[in-house]
Amino acid sequence: MVPEAYYTGLSAVLFAIGVVGVLVRRNPLVIFMSIELMLNAANLALVAFGSGLATAEAQVLVFFVMTVAAAEVAVGLAIIVAIFRLRRRLSVDDLSLMRW
Amino acid sequence: MDAAVRPVAPLLVVAGTAFLLLVLDLLPPRGTKRHLGVVALAGVVAALLVTVVLWGREARAFSGMVVLDGFALFFDVVICYAAALVLLLSMDYCGRHGIESGEYYVLVLFSTLGMMLMAHAADLILIFLALELMSLSLYVLAGFFRWRLTGGESAMKYFLLGAFASGFFVYGVALIYGATGSTALERIAAAAGARPPGPLLVVGLGLLLVGFGFKISSVPFHMWAPDVYEGAPTSVAALIATGSKAAGFAALLRVLLSTFKVVQPDWTALLWGVAVLTMTVGNVVAIAQSNVKRMLAYSSVAHVGYVLVGVVAGGALGAGGVLFYLLVYTFTTVGAFGVILLLERGRQEAVNLDDYGGLAESHPVLALVLALFLLSLTGMPPTAGFAGKFYLFGAAVRSGYIWLAVIAVLNSAVAAYYYLRVIVYMYMRDREGVPTGAVPSFAGRLALGIALWGVLQLGVMPAPVLNLAQAAVAPLLR
Repeated sequence: MVPEAYYTGLSAVLFAIGVVGVLVRRNPLVIFMSIELMLNAANLALVAFGSGLATAEAQVLVFFVMTVAAAEVAVGLAIIVAIFRLRRRLSVDDLSLMRW
Repeated sequence: MDAAVRPVAPLLVVAGTAFLLLVLDLLPPRGTKRHLGVVALAGVVAALLVTVVLWGREARAFSGMVVLDGFALFFDVVICYAAALVLLLSMDYCGRHGIESGEYYVLVLFSTLGMMLMAHAADLILIFLALELMSLSLYVLAGFFRWRLTGGESAMKYFLLGAFASGFFVYGVALIYGATGSTALERIAAAAGARPPGPLLVVGLGLLLVGFGFKISSVPFHMWAPDVYEGAPTSVAALIATGSKAAGFAALLRVLLSTFKVVQPDWTALLWGVAVLTMTVGNVVAIAQSNVKRMLAYSSVAHVGYVLVGVVAGGALGAGGVLFYLLVYTFTTVGAFGVILLLERGRQEAVNLDDYGGLAESHPVLALVLALFLLSLTGMPPTAGFAGKFYLFGAAVRSGYIWLAVIAVLNSAVAAYYYLRVIVYMYMRDREGVPTGAVPSFAGRLALGIALWGVLQLGVMPAPVLNLAQAAVAPLLR
């Protein structure tokens, strides 16, 4: 059996990749995928901790996180599509009408 | 009323009204949606009345996930006031700008529901769900001007940064669960108190604070606020500035004060720095703004810094001061946004400083009302802003944070510059070019009247409400 620490270590790595992805990528869709990676890293950590502690709370929370992530996709893609219709191009560098 | 649902009764009223609106939206009359706004307002007012009826009770429901205590009820009042004033302001504004639709009112109610749930939540799972319910509704509302580039940009920035913050929040919850074996606040407190805090718990709390920092827009997580306020409909900006911040502070206070008492010295030291940075950056950048909505956005960042002073001070004085200040801030900020929303220049909203030149001559009443709100934001007696700041900074001094109080007072002096600048424009400059006109709106003027009553009432007689606020935080400090 794989020790719990391996899973939590992997989740920390996934979370870090997600954070870096949000910070360095320029396409909103890829940024959004990186955010999903962060949420799934949390899910992995929850499941790993949950199996170690043998309580159901973590598994329940994972389902909620997945549901919320789905809702976020619905709203997020709608916003991205709305912007694409106006601009015909997709990069967060274009989102600079307002600053300071 | 059944004991099982009593703790969520105000929430049920808001949720029920939102679902009712979804149905009413499909029924005639088709042309106007104004009646939906009236129904939504009635729902929020009913929730406010239920809150008053429940006042003083304590209960738990849903296996202890939802609590009813004075703290939650106080925030229910703050949030219901914010939502009611925003709905009043929205009624004519939405029709005028072509965004009147059933969805608008439904989303306002759902975000209100999320905010109230954040104040009632006693489990990290529920705090997360409530946070998302509030945020997802607000992302959509922020982008309601979907044919404008600034509208889409505002929604996109809010969404990407908000979702990013949620990622930190959930990972923080996962680590805290790993450290303590529970997501219920009470059991986390018990487990954290049983042994010295390990790295997992401390990192988890840190990630949680990052998530909250985004939601309340404290520096360095404040960058979205000005852009979102500028691009979003002004009524929605008022809701984001007041309701969502109050809800963020509700959950933050409950988590910090009742759950993480063990590591209080650590988070106090951290928030000390965040408070100073937030006040200073907010105020200094606000000076450079020529767009009044952006100026109010940075001013709202600065006010988050003042509120954090109260969180750092802690105890019944500090935490009670936070609750009182959030109520004061809600009335004042919704009022200031409300005046902006009623002014128009050449079919555009009057958001530039120049639009306010000579306003006192053409619209003396509106100019006076805006001046009073700005004076309250500055913290001048006899407005409520003075009383609120007095109690917050006084609590900091009593707890021994003299330097923090000194920095906060100096910051208030800096802030006076940009608030008074608007007043100078209104009273001492002449108007240039196209005159700025006021839109006739009974609902909007009613909202301003209520906000003004709140600002003056809390300013002249703060003691009764302050006592309520201090009694409300007592359950957290036990």
